[in-house]
Parts: sequence; C-alpha cells; structure tokens
Amino acid sequence: MSENSLYPGLNLGDKHGDAHVQAESTVFGFWVFLMSDLIIFGILFAGYASYLDPIGLAGGPGPKELFDINSVAIQTVLLLVGGVAYAGVSLTVKYGHGRGNLVAWLLVCAAFGAGFLFFEVRDFISQAGKGGTPQVSGWLSSYWTLGGLHGIHVFCGILWIFAMIGQVATRGIDDVVKVRLSMLGVFWHFLDLIWVGIFSFVFLVPLA
Amino acid sequence: MKGMTSPIFGNLDWTVTPYTDLLQQVNSSTIVSAGAASVLVLGGIAVLVLFTWMGWWGPLYRNWLTSPDAKKIGIMYVTLALIMLARGIIEGFVIRAHQATALGTLARPESGLVSPDHFAQLFSTHGTIMIFFVAMPLLIGLINFVLPQQLGARDMAFPVLNQISLGLTASGAGLVMISLLLGKFGTGGWTMYPPYTGKDFSPGEGVDYWLWAILISGMGSTLTGMNFAVTIFKKRAPGMHFMRMPLFCWTSLCVAIMLIYAMPALTVSSAMLALDRYAGFHFFTNDAGGNMMNYANIFWMFGHPEVYILILPAFGVFSEISSTFSGKRLYGYTSLVIASMSIAVISFTVWLHHFFTMGQSAGVNIAFGIATMIIGVPTGVKIYDWMATMWRGRVRITTPVVYLTGFFLLFVIGGLSGIILANPSIDYQVHNSTFLVAHFHNVIIPGVLYGMLAGIHYWFPKAFGFRLSETWGRRTALLFVGGFIFTFMPLYVLGLMGMPRRSPTFQNPDFMAWMYIAAFGGVLMLCALASLVWTFWTSYRNRLALAVPGGDPWNGSTLEWSTPAPVPEWTFPRIPHVDKRNDWGEKKRAGDPWKGPETYTDIELPANTALGLLITGGSFALGFAMVWHIWWLAVLCCLALPGLVALRGMRLIEPKIIPAAQVEEADRRFRQQVASLAPASRADEETERNRGVPDISEFAG
Repeated sequence: MSENSLYPGLNLGDKHGDAHVQAESTVFGFWVFLMSDLIIFGILFAGYASYLDPIGLAGGPGPKELFDINSVAIQTVLLLVGGVAYAGVSLTVKYGHGRGNLVAWLLVCAAFGAGFLFFEVRDFISQAGKGGTPQVSGWLSSYWTLGGLHGIHVFCGILWIFAMIGQVATRGIDDVVKVRLSMLGVFWHFLDLIWVGIFSFVFLVPLA
Repeated sequence: MKGMTSPIFGNLDWTVTPYTDLLQQVNSSTIVSAGAASVLVLGGIAVLVLFTWMGWWGPLYRNWLTSPDAKKIGIMYVTLALIMLARGIIEGFVIRAHQATALGTLARPESGLVSPDHFAQLFSTHGTIMIFFVAMPLLIGLINFVLPQQLGARDMAFPVLNQISLGLTASGAGLVMISLLLGKFGTGGWTMYPPYTGKDFSPGEGVDYWLWAILISGMGSTLTGMNFAVTIFKKRAPGMHFMRMPLFCWTSLCVAIMLIYAMPALTVSSAMLALDRYAGFHFFTNDAGGNMMNYANIFWMFGHPEVYILILPAFGVFSEISSTFSGKRLYGYTSLVIASMSIAVISFTVWLHHFFTMGQSAGVNIAFGIATMIIGVPTGVKIYDWMATMWRGRVRITTPVVYLTGFFLLFVIGGLSGIILANPSIDYQVHNSTFLVAHFHNVIIPGVLYGMLAGIHYWFPKAFGFRLSETWGRRTALLFVGGFIFTFMPLYVLGLMGMPRRSPTFQNPDFMAWMYIAAFGGVLMLCALASLVWTFWTSYRNRLALAVPGGDPWNGSTLEWSTPAPVPEWTFPRIPHVDKRNDWGEKKRAGDPWKGPETYTDIELPANTALGLLITGGSFALGFAMVWHIWWLAVLCCLALPGLVALRGMRLIEPKIIPAAQVEEADRRFRQQVASLAPASRADEETERNRGVPDISEFAG
C-alpha cells in the first residue's frame, strides 16, 4: 500500500499495524462525509453572497455597523493556533508519547476552541444589542446561520475532544481510539478551513 | 391547536385527529381522511396482535432490528418501501378519483371526492412518499443487498452506521405516516416552496411534518452515500478492479457520489425553511430581504441530481438482467460505465430547468436547456447498449424482461417529452400543467419502479431461497405497464389542453373523457398493487416448489450467484479472488465453478447492536416533538442522541466470530447439495426442475 493512497492528514504509519489499516477506510469515509459538510457550507456561502445587497439588508444594520474586525482577528488567531496544536495530538499518538501528553494536547486544543467561541459569542451578543438579530433581514439571517453553524461545529469539536478524553481514560490508546483521534484531527482542521472562508468572504469582503 | 401551547403536550390535544372533523361534518372528504387514519390505527393493532400471537417479537429483534448485516438491512429497506408504496399508490388512486369527479359549475365551484385542502395534502404526501420513502429506500435497499455480494465483500464499510441510516429513514417515514392520524400534512406539494409554506401562509404542523421527515431521512441518505462510496473504494475483493465491477456496482458508485454531493443541498434548504418557520428568520419570506428564489435554486440543486440518483440504480438492474436473461455478455460495458458517470456529473448542471419561468435571463435559460438536452445523450447510449445486448440473444421472457420491455417502450417516450420540456420557449407554454406531471411519471414509473421491481424479482431467490411466481410476476408487470399507460398518457393531452397541475377543481367539461380514462388507469394501478402482494403471498405458499438451494437460478455471471440461496450471514466462506470481469461466468466457462476453498478460517462479523433502534426512536421523538412544539422532549432527544453515540464510543465492542468449523460444515453441505441437484436447462428455468443449479454448458454470458 503506497503512502499516497491513504487518507489525507497525518498518517499513523506502518508500525501501528491494524490501526493504520483501519484508518485507511474509516478516516477516508469521514473525510468523504466532511466533503458533504463542505457542500452545506458552500451553499451557505453562496446564500450569504446573494443576500449581501440593499434588498437583502432590508434597511437593517449592515456589516460596517456590526462587524468588529479586531475581535474577528483574535478569533482567527485562536482557532488557527488551536488547529496547529492538534499536531501535538497527532504526533503524540504517532510516536507513542503516552496518555498524559495526549490528554494535555487535547485540552490545549479545547481551550483554544473555547477561546474562539467566547469571542464569537461575545460578538453575536453585541451585534444583537445593536439591533442585528437574525429576524431583522435576509442578510442577517444568512450571517447568523453561516457563522452560527461554524460555531456549532467548533462546539461539537470540543464535545468530541472531551468524549475522546473519556475514551482515552476508560479504554486507553487502543487501535479504535487512534483511528478516532485521526478523524477528530481531520475534523478540527476542517473547521480552520471553513473559518478561512468565513474570515475572507463574510467579514473582509463586505468591509473592503 | 386552537388553544395555548401546553408545556407538556405542546400543540397536541384531542382535536387534532381527523375524527374531530368527521364529527363536525360528515362528507366524502372527512370520511376518506378518517378512513385513512383508521387503516393506520387498525393496521398497527393488527401487526401488534399478529406479532404477539405468533411470538415474533424476539426473532424480529434478534435477527432483524439489531442486525448490522447489510443484506438484512437491505431487505428491511425494501420492506419499508413496499409498505409506503401501498400508501402512495392508494393516494394516487384517490387523486385520480377526485379529479374524475371534480368538474365544478358556476353555481358550485368546488366539487369532487375530497375538499381542496385535503386534495392538496394528498398530492403533497403522495409526492413526498413516492420520492423519499418509496424510491429512495427501494434503491438503497437493493444496493445494500446486492453491492457487497457483487464486490466480493462481506459487508458494508460501516455496518452500524448503515443500521443507523436505515433507522433515520424509517423515522422520517414514521413521521409522514403518523400525520395521517395526528394533525395535517403540508399542502405545498413535495417541493414545499416558500413563501407559501412559510409561517405566514401555512401556520400549523403540516409543513413541519415534511421538514422533519426530510431533515431526518436526508441525514440517513447522506450517511448511506458515504457508506456506499467507501465500500466501493476500499472493500472490493482482491482482483476486483474498477473495470471488472458489474455495472450495478458502477451505478451504485454514481449514486453514492451523487448522494454525498446532492443531499446537503436539501438539508440546507429545509433547515433554512425551518429557521424561517421556527425562529422568524427571513431567508424566504416576502418581506425583510427574504428571497424565495434561493429556495428554488437550492432545492433543485438537490432535486435534479436526485432524479438521477433514482434512475441510475434501475439502469444498473437493467444492465444485469438484459445480459442474464438473453444469455449474452453485456454489450458496450465501457460505454455504459462512461455513460453512467457522465450522467452523474452532468446531472449537477441542469437544475435550473425546473424553473425556467422564474425570471432568469434568456441566456441562462438557454445554457441550462442545452445541458438538459445533452444529458439525454448518455441515456440514449444506454438504451442502445441494452438493446444490442438482447439482439440475437436467447431472450427468456421472464418477469424482469417484461419490465425491461415496458421500460424500453415507455421510458423513451418519457425521455422525449423531457427533451420537449428542456426547450425553454416550449416550457413557458406547458410548465405547471399536467403535461409535466405526465412527463415525470413517465420517466419515474417505467424507470425507477419497473427497474426496482425487476431487481426485486431477480434477486429475491438470493435473499429468501425461493423464486417468485413468474406467472403472477408477469401479470403484475403487465398491469403496471397498462396502468401507467391509461393513467398518464391522458395527462399529456390534458396538459396540452391547458389543465394546470394540482387542480382541485376545473370548469372545462372537455376534460372529463380524459379524466375517466386516467381514473381507469388508477384502478389498473390498484390491481397491479394487489397483484404484487399476491405474487409474494402465492410464491411464499409455493416456496418448496420454487426453492433454489443451488443459489444460481438464472445462470448468472456475477459473484453473488456463486453462494447458496438464501445467502448465509457471512456471504462468502472465503473472500473470492477475482481474475476477470464476470468472474463467476468465467469460472463456469472454465469447468467446475462450485469448487470449495481448501481451507477455512474464522470469520469476523460485526456484533448485533440496538444502537440503530435507539437512534430510530430518538430521532422520531425529536421530529415529533419539533412538529408539535413539545420543547422538553426535543431538548431531551438532542441530549440523548449524541449521548448514546458517546456512550457506545466508551465501550469495547467485540465482533461476532463464526468458527471455521461452522463455516466449513455449512459450505461443504452446500457443495454436496449442488452436486446432488440435477442441472436445469434454460427451457426448465420456470419449472420445478430449476433448483438453482443451471446447466453450465448452456452458459454464454
């Protein structure tokens, strides 16, 4: 089996035996599933673009009144650094650096994710305070849906991290857990990918 | 409904059943809806009593509901689909019966069997059921049953996920079913276009039933698509190269890819509509910057690929049966592969032809019109390939071939009317008329329904060990062909005469002659349904005479015919090594194909689990709670569903091990039985002498 036919992301490597083989189809399957998730985001991006005009804004507050680009920049940094931190998890699993390190890296990722969510939710609350609730206009509906769906994904990612910590605690780092951690890695990086799109098209384009 | 929302029961109260309407006003419409609700209730009670009386609950739970075996999951999908098909056909008949009595007068503009609102619910549930809960489970079920066997795999890539997908589909079907008894269904047609289906114009639970049925079952279909794709990419037997796969596997791959990329669009459009309805968002409302054209676009980004999701498995079935029953190798394998993949790709570029009249520029319409005409080309290639396959073959007129013949004749007509509609300027004249209704029934019934029924007939012996009655099978097929012609050909004429689709009433007496013919067709369709049920029942009673333990009743050439019928849980005693396309046929050509493996090993199978069942219950409860605004139950389900998955993740799950000795014993018994059975010649195929061991000297495929 040549290395390049494997799933995307950091592979476990041949010395993981069964887990490496299982990951072949399981992580690939998860990756395929994320591609369908990507379509969901893609359609929401297209929707956002279509509501970003005076008709879609419907006289409600617009990007210039609502967006706080500093906060968005902080969110971006937190999320992307959290993504990089996942490399710690992947390398710990790959080179067998033990349970303690693994849990520590997972907690670092969760902390960065939670930091991102803190700033995002703070923004949503302040936007709602300025009269920017999703019930006001088509554009605001699509902004809240797109940003909110990404936020829900991050939240699910954090839940998944804690579920994995639970699994590491109860069953150790066995083959199944290794494969699941590989999937979580693909998911965690996928969130960064979506965020790059949101940062560029949702925030920067209308402010430019 | 009328009062306040109760914290415990939400909007549910005693007045939501159709019996309340019946008590208030007795007329044909309320009698029909109360009758339908009673059929649901009495049917449910009858099943409960029957299963308790026969002591079937235990076996049902152990052998079926908790089984992650793709073959059993496939059979359950098909069973679900056939139950829903019965409701769909009966509703279709009521629609025809209504319109045959719906001629209004100036004095009495409303007429007919059912009230306009009831009629609108009928065509909405009919469409929803036929697309999402008949066609989809039929094809997903058939693929589940056949695909792993044809690939030389023991199971799907993700067996438990497969079970969950079935559960999600069943929950959706359950929601549509329960709407017969509790509350009303939406009246916006199967597409549920806003703003009509927004909160302003459609308050109440009707649209919500549709939304949650679609959201939940759509999730299941997405996961199924992923499962099929991974199975095909990663689980093929050694030597089963892509270009050695049977054509049914190729069309399954197309379906998988289309499910993965098309279903999310439906999820998005439904979720946006749900946000509009539940949270006051403005995606598709008339005011505050809503834009309903986005709904039409997103919905049909799913909707058009969906049409080909439905038809491609049928094309796969027709490829298998045209070759098997004419005793010839499939003509133009490579061209069929290319045509299938072309259809899968082009199907994503034609969605706009569903709303040519929405107001795009002429240039946009022309581009999509041309794409629509282009997609007819690979379909035409396929029709010629199948005809060339049968050309000069020794064609046996079995039931699947009757369906195939009906398909050839009728599908081409449907395709041609599609090419007519693909021309935007013609579409402006006939859009939203019964011409369109005739067109899509003309492709879906001969395509999907005939294809799936032919497939069921073809693979039934593999699942249950006995053939279906050919006599009754052919009668059913002919009734479905005749029923189709009488029901839908008049609709072409009516459409050209100017009758809009979904009309609860009309004032033109010239329509009546055609309406009566269509209603007669509806009667034929009911007879076809009865005949289908009778086919299963009479074949079951004659199962000893029809038994085919040899497992290869049609002298087939693909891997699934190498195993016993019914096929054992582990499918293959050893994973086969594939050397050629049509490997089983090549083994027949080379001499003794039924040679057992030399050694046997333990077989690992996924253990049974109740997870799918729990998720079915949880997702149904979630949908039901959202429809009726029972918020506590919705929150509970939202916590319970991920909780179940997380808890399962903590547990170590041991696979089920079938010991080598048991496999060896069963397999040797099968080989001995094959050796002891007299080979049946082609002429004996429909007689009792067909025991599933064909005369391999006659094999020419």
